[in-house]
Amino acid sequence: MMRAIRLPGAAPLMLALTLAVLGVLIVLPLGVVFQQALSKGLDAYLDPLKQPDALAAIRLTLTVAAISVPLNAVFGVMAAWAISKFEFKGKSLLITLIDLPFSMSPVVSGLVWVLLFGAQGWFGEWLIAHDVRIIFATTGLVLATVLVTLPFVARELIPLMQDQGADEEAAALTLGAGGFTTFWRITLPNIRWALLYGVLLCNARAMGEFGAVSVVSGSIRGLTTTLPLHIEVLYNDYDFVGAFAAASVLASLGLVTLVLKTLLEWRHAGELSAHRRN
Amino acid sequence: MAEYAIKPPTADLPTGLIRGWKRYSILPGFPLAMGWTLSWLGLIVLLPLSALIIRPWELGVGGVWATLVDPRVAAALRLSFGAAALAALVNAPLGLLVAWTLTRYEFPGRRTVDALVDLPFALPTAVAGIALTAIYSPNGPLGAMFAKIGIKTAYSPVGVFIALLFIGLPFVVRTVQPVLQDLDREVEEAAHTLGATDFQRFRYVVLPAVAPALLSGVSLAFARGVGEYGSVIFIAGNMPLKSEIAPLLIVIKLEQYDYAGAAAVGLAMLVISFGTLLAVNAAQVFLARRGRA
Repeated sequence: MMRAIRLPGAAPLMLALTLAVLGVLIVLPLGVVFQQALSKGLDAYLDPLKQPDALAAIRLTLTVAAISVPLNAVFGVMAAWAISKFEFKGKSLLITLIDLPFSMSPVVSGLVWVLLFGAQGWFGEWLIAHDVRIIFATTGLVLATVLVTLPFVARELIPLMQDQGADEEAAALTLGAGGFTTFWRITLPNIRWALLYGVLLCNARAMGEFGAVSVVSGSIRGLTTTLPLHIEVLYNDYDFVGAFAAASVLASLGLVTLVLKTLLEWRHAGELSAHRRN
Repeated sequence: MAEYAIKPPTADLPTGLIRGWKRYSILPGFPLAMGWTLSWLGLIVLLPLSALIIRPWELGVGGVWATLVDPRVAAALRLSFGAAALAALVNAPLGLLVAWTLTRYEFPGRRTVDALVDLPFALPTAVAGIALTAIYSPNGPLGAMFAKIGIKTAYSPVGVFIALLFIGLPFVVRTVQPVLQDLDREVEEAAHTLGATDFQRFRYVVLPAVAPALLSGVSLAFARGVGEYGSVIFIAGNMPLKSEIAPLLIVIKLEQYDYAGAAAVGLAMLVISFGTLLAVNAAQVFLARRGRA
């Protein structure tokens, strides 16, 4: 029998301190977003969201995420398949490389694309000569977002698929199933919740990314401002209600992500990689 | 107490002959999966990174050095690394406290509180940035309070510290939490029955066991804090030599078309961060050995 040891009398104190830390540090900022957005009434809140620039920003944010997330989802599945189902030399180096974008500053993740494709970048002159725009255009935003969000799906899948091993796939192949059938009928059902989890986190980051896209965007209003950049533009114009209104949209996205992620952790804990199980 | 052999993560893979660098497997798709992975990494990570590594040297070694010791750049690097280190250190006890409460006590709403810890991960940085600024600016609720006791929070290095505190907390909680959860209560009970005080139990039983995880959480928070941009630039005030962070200087240099200078600052950040992480890794191995002894 396990008997919980208690610090006599300490529990209420620890709980109170924890709630105070989380309340001031984490919950207060979230509350302030909505409070500021609604501070001048509902009309003043909705109006900035109906502006053409805001709508264009929302559309661009969705476009960038719709391109970047599937690309990194496919990459994540490919990388996880290679890493978890096969034995080869240099595997840990490969995993380190996949994790690398997590330890880069978002600004550096934008900078590197400017070094390649900016006016004075390695390929800058060629791009200008052929009238191709990457920096200050949607392509640049996508590249920056793809770099920042590259590890998200792979990181969820690799540990899970390593735990699962390759026995089931080997059995299917022995019984005569083809490679694609094996993946579709055996592997994919085994990893679907973890894949969804990774895509969820990847998407949240793709839509909310600020530093990397701000470097490559040039913040041309209505053309290259994603929603996070739109917040900055409004804020620097002292349009605080507008900035917080736009921020409330992204904050809601964050909240929805958090709820879905928590639900996945509760309902499908066994099918997520071990460090996600609570 | 039962002991379980720790299975290497790939022990279930079908074994076979090793030919060259890869072990034979009946599973298909290796060339496709590996080719795709390497091409994507090459295109998205390695090619851009090589530009970051090569371009600063257009300035020559002396030029790179001159860029980095330029007072404005040096001040920004100092602020980014200093504030990140301080915030990560302060987050150690805070994160430990939160992780402890979440694993050791049962209370209504515990799972909701647990989920809320991840909010800084989920909230886009620009949103956090303007929200923190509204709270800590001189006429914000907490900013006004601090102003009364003579502390300027927003638009000063203190603001940078606060933003990094916000960003870093979940890193510490999430790395410490699983270790606390798995910690064998029997050892603590034994200490208790042998007459250890609460403090002794914490200091000599719990702390050594969570130290490696705590260190790793702190270093993750630090690494994230060094490069953090969105949540910091609004609250920092961005005064040259005082509250400019290193990533902002990269942006400023790019606006002046000083690509090589921007790359030099970016490379310096990457190198210092990596050096720190390596040092922390070494310390962790040391701590893990001591914790086990």
